[in-house]
Amino acid sequence: MSAAQTAAPNFDDVRDLYQDTILDRSRNPRHMHRLDPFDACARGENPLCGDQVEVRVSFAPDATVADAAYEARGCAISMASADLMADVVRGRDAASIRALAAAFEQLARTGDSASEDAALQVLRPLSGVSEYRSRVKCATLPWSALVAALDGRNEVASHD
Amino acid sequence: MNAESKLADLTGQVTHAALAKGAASAELTAVSHDARTSRDATRSHDAATSHNATTSHDEAGTRHAFVPAFDVERIRADFPILSQRVHGKPLVYLDSAASAQKPRAVIDAMVHAMETQYANVHRGLHWMSERTSDDYEAVRDKVAGLLNAPSREEVVFTGSSTGAINLVAHSYGRGVLKPGQAVLVSEMEHHANIIPWQMLRDTHGIELRVAPITDAGELDMAAFERCLQDGRVGLVAITHMSNVLGTYNPIERIAALTHAAGAQLMVDGSQAVVHRRVDVQALGADFYAFTGHKLYGPTGIGVLWARRALLEQMPPFMGGGDMISSVSFEHSTWAPPPTKFEAGTPAILEVIGLGAAIDYVQGIGFDAIAAHEAALTEHALARLSAIDGLHIAGRAQDRGGVVSFTLDGAHAHDIATLLDRNGIAVRAGQHCAEPLMRRLGLSSTARASFGIYTTQGEIDMLADTLVRIRGFFQ
Repeated sequence: MSAAQTAAPNFDDVRDLYQDTILDRSRNPRHMHRLDPFDACARGENPLCGDQVEVRVSFAPDATVADAAYEARGCAISMASADLMADVVRGRDAASIRALAAAFEQLARTGDSASEDAALQVLRPLSGVSEYRSRVKCATLPWSALVAALDGRNEVASHD
Repeated sequence: MNAESKLADLTGQVTHAALAKGAASAELTAVSHDARTSRDATRSHDAATSHNATTSHDEAGTRHAFVPAFDVERIRADFPILSQRVHGKPLVYLDSAASAQKPRAVIDAMVHAMETQYANVHRGLHWMSERTSDDYEAVRDKVAGLLNAPSREEVVFTGSSTGAINLVAHSYGRGVLKPGQAVLVSEMEHHANIIPWQMLRDTHGIELRVAPITDAGELDMAAFERCLQDGRVGLVAITHMSNVLGTYNPIERIAALTHAAGAQLMVDGSQAVVHRRVDVQALGADFYAFTGHKLYGPTGIGVLWARRALLEQMPPFMGGGDMISSVSFEHSTWAPPPTKFEAGTPAILEVIGLGAAIDYVQGIGFDAIAAHEAALTEHALARLSAIDGLHIAGRAQDRGGVVSFTLDGAHAHDIATLLDRNGIAVRAGQHCAEPLMRRLGLSSTARASFGIYTTQGEIDMLADTLVRIRGFFQ
């Protein structure tokens, strides 16, 4: 019984990962729906875990994103990340989105980012994944799919 | 020390008694006895020490039939890693189906070989090489004993189960199967028993046929028979036990149907060989593949057992040193099996470690192991299915210690992360069985898998923590 004699399960130390924003967004997503019509679309898939996300965007006449939405099957981290992403990319052009995606990847991998983009404050609840190496890809998958859509690629796979 | 030597005496006596009885347990004792005498007595002090320990487990095993108690704490004490803490919590290791932990006997055997007698095998004329070659080859006998193979020459060392299956695909697949013939796999295969055949299909014109499973997660036997009906199947390649569902396939029946259809049977025993006694002759298999690291042995060592007639028919897979009989630039001839399939310096230390692992599990005894794990599995199924919103994947009648599940409102990755923070290691995802997951309509599951060191208390802790996780995500 040695291993079983232990304190009751305690989740206090995972609240850095599962912050309220993340739990809220994964339970009550704001942008999870099928956007139609749309101008660009890509599917992201993690073949190791089976997570899938399809991101769709429509553009305004000035080539900024008018609307972004997604359909996904994944963990709380990937769902919350997709939902927050759809929040912050409206009104941005492709170059600005690519820069933000790179800054977010740095935030997810290291817990911080050198970028001063104000949108990072919205995404900061996801910085906790940096302490969970195997979960970083969950947060970055929706962004990889969005960048693929902007590049005109239809699919992207995350392997690590 | 005193207690230890008393124990050794005691177990020595009981071993003789067991031998005299001529029971199944005596057969096991005889196997390990042979293995022991094949070693150089002057160098076997470590082996003898571990042997005493394992013999005593053997007695625990043979007594199991009379006293339904399995001394799991004594087994746990043999695994140094189980005293580790993870995130400040005691390690609860429920991921043995991915890779099992290693007992002291395996660790010591490998260290001892490196410290006292290491050299290359089958080459040197010096003492070290001869001793190492003896120990290496002695493991071939141990593997033959483990599988009840008719001959040690039918045991080929590979790098892994994957290596063994690829050997069959490349050598038997290209050398013996003819384009237009089919390889029949099941819907519950690990990628390691799908991709090699897919590659063979694409390069050699083989048809890859898939036998479906039922909603319960068992092989659909009627459909399996239909898959064999046109007589084009040359090889059936099927898992003995599913790494996702825990399902044991009825290999004897599958073998009979396969042979009646004129085909050969390759069994992927990666999961099964760990949990129950495997007898390749009784099963009726033609090929049997397994890996060392799931059997409490090291990584980097796998085994392909195949009937001698098949190995003789098969061309070499890799060329190089060791596998030849004579070499000239014009022409070379091959060594007889199994050497023909073991080109290059083999995984010497890993083979020695595998030998120690086989001694260890045979010392406990497969009757005792199977009974312990059956009780654990029953307990786990009862505890987990009582959790509201938890769904277990597969409900096969005959199943082993692997339980995959989903929990409403919580993704498998989130479950695995929260379990990990409580010291509980499980696997989450598609388990290298994407087609099976698709068949089940699941994107991912969490999987708890059990070994000889798993306790009911650990399963209770898993269940209690899952209840809390469900609450966390609600």
